[in-house]
Amino acid sequence: MSARPKINTSKSIAVCRLQDIVPNTGVCALVAGRQVAVFRLDDDSVHAIENRDPFSRANVLSRGIVGDLKGELVVASPVFKQHFSLVTGRCQEDPAVRVAVFAAWVDGDTVLVRA
Amino acid sequence: MKLIVVGNGMVGQRLLEHFVARAEGGAAEVTVLCEEPRAAYDRVRLTSFFSGKSADDLNVVPAGFFEQPGMNLRLEDAAVAIDRKRKRVRSVRGGELPYDKLVLATGSYPFVPPLPGKDRPGCFVYRTIEDLEAIRAAAAGARVGTVVGGGLLGLEAAKALKDLGLETHVVEFAPRLMTVQLDDVGGRLLRRKIEALGVTVHTSKNTKEIGDGAACRHRMAFLDGSALETDLIVFSAGIRPRDDLARSAGLAVGERGGIAIDNHCRSSDPDIYAVGECALWSGRIYGLVAPGYQMAEVAARHLAGEAAAQFLGADTSTKLKLMGVDVASVGDAQGTTLNALNYVYTDEAEGVYRKLVVSGDRKYLLGAILVGDADRYGELLQMALNPLPLPEHPEDLILPAREGAAGKGLGVDLLPEAALVCSCNSVSKGALCEAVAAGCTSLGALKKHTKASTTCGGCGPLVKQVLDCELRKRGVEVKNHLCEHFAYSRQELFHLVQVGKLASFEAVVAKHGRGRGCDICKPAVASILASCWNEMILKPRHAPLQDTNDRFLANLQKNGTYSIVPRVPAGEITPEKLVVLGKVAAKFGLYTKITGAQRIDLFGARVEQLPLIWKDLVDAGFESGHAYGKALRTVKSCVGSTWCRYGVQDSVAMAIRIENRYRGIRSPHKMKMAVSGCARECAEAQGKDVGIIATERGWNLHVCGNGGMKPRHADLLAQDLDDETLIRFIDRFLLFYIRTGDRLQRTSTWLENLEGGIDYVRKVVCEDTLGIGTELEADMQRLVDSYECEWKKAIGDPEIMKRFRHFVNSDLPDSNVVFVAERGQIRPARESEREEAVVMTT
Repeated sequence: MSARPKINTSKSIAVCRLQDIVPNTGVCALVAGRQVAVFRLDDDSVHAIENRDPFSRANVLSRGIVGDLKGELVVASPVFKQHFSLVTGRCQEDPAVRVAVFAAWVDGDTVLVRA
Repeated sequence: MKLIVVGNGMVGQRLLEHFVARAEGGAAEVTVLCEEPRAAYDRVRLTSFFSGKSADDLNVVPAGFFEQPGMNLRLEDAAVAIDRKRKRVRSVRGGELPYDKLVLATGSYPFVPPLPGKDRPGCFVYRTIEDLEAIRAAAAGARVGTVVGGGLLGLEAAKALKDLGLETHVVEFAPRLMTVQLDDVGGRLLRRKIEALGVTVHTSKNTKEIGDGAACRHRMAFLDGSALETDLIVFSAGIRPRDDLARSAGLAVGERGGIAIDNHCRSSDPDIYAVGECALWSGRIYGLVAPGYQMAEVAARHLAGEAAAQFLGADTSTKLKLMGVDVASVGDAQGTTLNALNYVYTDEAEGVYRKLVVSGDRKYLLGAILVGDADRYGELLQMALNPLPLPEHPEDLILPAREGAAGKGLGVDLLPEAALVCSCNSVSKGALCEAVAAGCTSLGALKKHTKASTTCGGCGPLVKQVLDCELRKRGVEVKNHLCEHFAYSRQELFHLVQVGKLASFEAVVAKHGRGRGCDICKPAVASILASCWNEMILKPRHAPLQDTNDRFLANLQKNGTYSIVPRVPAGEITPEKLVVLGKVAAKFGLYTKITGAQRIDLFGARVEQLPLIWKDLVDAGFESGHAYGKALRTVKSCVGSTWCRYGVQDSVAMAIRIENRYRGIRSPHKMKMAVSGCARECAEAQGKDVGIIATERGWNLHVCGNGGMKPRHADLLAQDLDDETLIRFIDRFLLFYIRTGDRLQRTSTWLENLEGGIDYVRKVVCEDTLGIGTELEADMQRLVDSYECEWKKAIGDPEIMKRFRHFVNSDLPDSNVVFVAERGQIRPARESEREEAVVMTT
């Protein structure tokens, strides 16, 4: 997965091995003091967004169900079920709401996140 | 305008509703005099009072109705005289009340033949809730009960006595049952069916007198010299209009009673109207509720200034279920029309009788009788009423459908817009079509919006046909697709998974769907896979499909922590286990609360604590409670006959058996059950998906109840079952629901949207008409046999345990989870409190 531009980059860290994430699920990683939800898809690509659900204010987005809606990769908040794009962080139900997106990629079998 | 309505029965109430809905009525000052201690209730379903419905359940007054301004309901205050000159009504308690318009809706009273002994203690009539309460009280000390009268209401009363556990007899003066509605053959078949249910029928019996009995309280002596001993007698030999008030006010009454009314429902005094069973229209008294409703509407409209409103007679066709036997009578059932021709079909083996009465030219249907199977009632009624031309071979309407041949019924498309589909609530085909156009595209929505098929339910299949036909015409594809990934309903998908032996989401989506799936279809497919194959839900191929509750086998709370509800089957728990729960809660600092379903809920567990907590619980012998799953949650019970003075069966033992049998099985939505040890119903079983109530002879099974947001009283599915039959029926019921329910559809809404309703469920579950009973039982047994405690399995699997941590790369807990103390326990910190606490810890 290529690094995306326009993202506030400071440092990248290795958060886990790829096999530590069950395909099509997420985990939460602590990256430079921030909680980051990291998802592994079935093609072994990884995506990272902020773990905090802006609606419930609980740190739970990594525990949501991953899928696609209207052609967009999304995770559903496990609390109130809003959908957040894994690519842009935008909420499908309320486009004014966004969560931060972070660069994430796989190197060998290591998952790296820059936050 | 000052309006007084005397009587608050079903018809009087309906009149009020029609009246206040109109501008004139809304502005009027309305006083209702009601001699009974409660407002209008459903007398048609009076018998259900004995099968567990309460007076409140029978209430038909919309919430807040009598609290509207200008509306004054006076209970237990009967009208005693009308002063027509001064336009005043005198009531028992209220003195004199002035009126501009007066409506008499005084109904009828039961006719009791003038026999010596008719007033002995233990002799009753069957009309009000108070009558039923008196019968119930008397039945407690009685063994034999007898109903005098074999008509519609008499047979209802007989069912009530049977339900009360009495040896039941029916004594009828005429040579057959239901003289008005049936003919000889139909009456004979009905008799045979009723006798098979254990009710003894005596026809052509003219009671001479009632005196002291030897073995029972009374002895009924008949004119033919025979006699019958009985402890309790219920007279149900017809009704007489209550017209004394009108009579003494000098209004015109009929020779054999009844307040004479014109086409506007006005009596001989144009300011006084009469409606319902007290009214005599064109020499006729209608003893059914539907014509009463029609009069109520006409009178209300006329009162509100619609001079054109007229009552021009009503159809008296009926369909009912007497002790589980379908009986229907349409139009000229006796074939009294000149030159009428009959078509008859009898199947004594199956207990089915159908008769058509057609016009001499064979063009039109005049009437019909159906016994044993009244599915065609709605169609035949429409054919006779409208009238529609008969098909080329009228006999096809009553002959059983041959294999492969579709039923040659009436196409609903042929019905005119004005055709009355639901006569109880006066809903025409046109009104149904309008409602469909306005967006009622499901049977449930259509029923709710139009009220069609919500009283007797007889028109249910026809309403569904109209709905389907309209949807087809509008080109509306009946869409019940799960989501954008699957163009199938849950039921269809279930079938595809089962037949195709598909075992993973990937296989299902590859074969029948598209895309990656979403949070709608993934849990739905996971539930289907679990119901079909019962594999551990946290296997790597299933875990990504689960909602967070199923993924972490606990219930997510607002701050990201979880709550834990260990299984406590039937709510029975030893002191030792109770201590364990307390110790575990104290050790991990959890908030504890008793749930509404007799469980103990432990709150505030962080995700990484769940395995530690469960290790302690599993070691102490606790199992997963499935409060997190779309599965059986709990079986609630009362202490039953073991301890309770009133209990008649061991409700706790049955509840434990049921909870342990169905634990862990995944379903379209959560399921709740309860078992009560007697009719007092302390476990509140009738508000559950499956509710079991003990009887002297076994168990009554109620299904599809619901509490919560949309309460629904459960329907009685079967009575007096032994333990094994009870389990068998629940097995079949649950799997039938699991296979056919929609995603997140509780049993109550499932039933309301099921064509045929509870009767259909009864046919499938109790009579096995689909022939799938054995298959459903075998499937259920497989699920029962493959049960494993999910937590026990999870803590033994290091791969699964790895997922129970907040950070993949740190052992720190989530710093956002902060608790404060309240009433001696923890609670999640509020936003302001949390910021303070976080600052303090950093």
